[in-house]
Amino acid sequence: MSIDIIENILFATIRTGTPLLLVALGAMISERSGVLNLGQEGMILVGAVCAFIGAYTTDSLLIGVASGLASGALFSLIFAVIAISLVSSQIATGLALTIFGTGLSAFLGVDYVGLSIDGLDEWPIPLLHDIPVIGKAFFAQDMLVYGSFALFAAIYYVMSRTRVGLIIRAVGENPGVAHSMGYRVLLVRYATVMFGGAMAGLAGAYLSLAYTPMWTEGMSAGRGWIALALVVFASWRTGRVLVGAWLFAFASILHLVLQGFGYDISPNLLGMLPYLATIIALVMMMQRAGTAQLAPRSLGQPYYPQK
Amino acid sequence: MKAPTLISLGLAAALFWSAPLQAEDAPLKVGFVYVSPIGDAGWTYMHDRARQIVDKEFGDRVETNYVESVSEGSDSQRVIRNLSANGHDLIFTTSFGYMNPTIRVAQRFPNVRYEHATGYKTAENVGNYQARAYQGRYLAGMAAGAMTETDTIGYVAGFPIPEVLRGINAFTLGVREVNPDASVRVSWINSWHDPAKERESASSLIRQDADVLTMHADSPAVVQAAQDEGVYGIGYNSNMESYGPDAHLTSVMMHWEPIYREKIQAVLDGSWESKSIWYGLSEGVVKMAPMHPDIPESVTERISKHRNAIINGDREVFQGPVRNQDGEEIIAEGESLSDGQLLEINWYVEGIKGKLPN
Repeated sequence: MSIDIIENILFATIRTGTPLLLVALGAMISERSGVLNLGQEGMILVGAVCAFIGAYTTDSLLIGVASGLASGALFSLIFAVIAISLVSSQIATGLALTIFGTGLSAFLGVDYVGLSIDGLDEWPIPLLHDIPVIGKAFFAQDMLVYGSFALFAAIYYVMSRTRVGLIIRAVGENPGVAHSMGYRVLLVRYATVMFGGAMAGLAGAYLSLAYTPMWTEGMSAGRGWIALALVVFASWRTGRVLVGAWLFAFASILHLVLQGFGYDISPNLLGMLPYLATIIALVMMMQRAGTAQLAPRSLGQPYYPQK
Repeated sequence: MKAPTLISLGLAAALFWSAPLQAEDAPLKVGFVYVSPIGDAGWTYMHDRARQIVDKEFGDRVETNYVESVSEGSDSQRVIRNLSANGHDLIFTTSFGYMNPTIRVAQRFPNVRYEHATGYKTAENVGNYQARAYQGRYLAGMAAGAMTETDTIGYVAGFPIPEVLRGINAFTLGVREVNPDASVRVSWINSWHDPAKERESASSLIRQDADVLTMHADSPAVVQAAQDEGVYGIGYNSNMESYGPDAHLTSVMMHWEPIYREKIQAVLDGSWESKSIWYGLSEGVVKMAPMHPDIPESVTERISKHRNAIINGDREVFQGPVRNQDGEEIIAEGESLSDGQLLEINWYVEGIKGKLPN
């Protein structure tokens, strides 16, 4: 394998991993505060269709991205009201959100099937993108990919180094105690859920504006579910979410590249590779780190504040 | 994946509850079952376009309904059963995987007529219909063979079933007809509808030297990738020119309305019987989109000559001598494949790189 091929594989890996990373980071934040939102797939689709409509009608990709973000956040508000304020089952509400989002995006997008826009261009960073092997992967991408790096760094910092991160984790571990210490549990949960919605919406915008600049129904093709699983296998750690998302992407790209080299491996087996590799790697990391406690303790449980 | 299952469950339930009372001279109720969403810009999109056309043509005499995103297998059986139970007279099931469910449901509803697409089983009240897309693939392959400079053409494909292999083989025969040095590389993505994966697969083929791309998957992502990376692309199902104005050589378009018109008319006339029909260029079920202006006139003339020969029955796509990948002669000079053999294709013709997955 030449350097050139490795360079291209890494480039494609980052591109493929970006939507997964965005969704998984958003889902992780809301799960850290104790809310399990299975509506990711629906939120991605709503974000994707709104981003496309926004960009198509105004001719501005920036407005497209903003519509993706905003629609994802607004759409997740439905979940927040039902699951947090009305304390219904998070699982059922999340599933309903996915079903609703799939239908709603199809409905909104009816007139936009078959239309094409000029997608987001790559923005190579001078000098840096010439670095051999990794330059192209990390410094010759589009703005949304750079955005995903920045968001990762910000989330990593907030969750491990700041008071805000501590409050989110406290709410997820023991909402009763957090409440008695004067934190507004429901408000925190609303915020994390809407943040997750915005991240899923951004992932949708990435799909419909940058990766494949078009709208077709169901274009997220299960990425929301993969992201949810990644969060679990990454045991709710920001760094591992990144490793998991990129590793999954790497294995999916390898699947395509290996075929091209004529290796006689069944495509079904190769198709399993991303799932297997990611699960094995993350489980091994979990073992090594001896992570005693995995899930946030109140994950999936509704909370009624005691007056 | 849970989502499509739940959606179709929901839809099935909705259909069940909305079962209307049958009026005296009610219109003929025609149901359609689709495997992907109607907005997929590909396979299902074209089936639904055809449904809308015939729905309009028949006006009050026909009422059409559809259920989309129905996964193959037991889910589809439930959907087909519900459509049958609430008064549909004719049901089109439009994906290969609906074959057994259709046959099973049909046994319990002898008065309902079924038409299954792309399968091979029939029953007293089940017919099947197919499109000879491979005829269009062959012509598209000629365009690809003429335009490639690297002599490598990329083909993004969903699953290795006969329908797909037939297309790949026909395409390759077309390529080699005009350019015996060129070869076709196939990339399997294990999905009918995953635009991002289709795009990535296209990029991967371009990196392996392909400078013309085509696909057997639902979305226009491959044509878009071709446009983006400055190579040529060939669309499938619908005219995909808008996704790659500079890249788009042509598209193999599927127009199902002649079949739907004929079958609905037959039921209305009371002349319907279980048949296997396989329509192609001659019946207007398979059509070619306008050719790219870059294609030399000598080539487009040659393509239309072959097109006419296929329509007139003067030549077959799979006409000997045809060799397989190992160089063995599979179809002898002067012979051609029967429809039965075409339905069972499980080998690659000469000129395809890489092994056929089993």
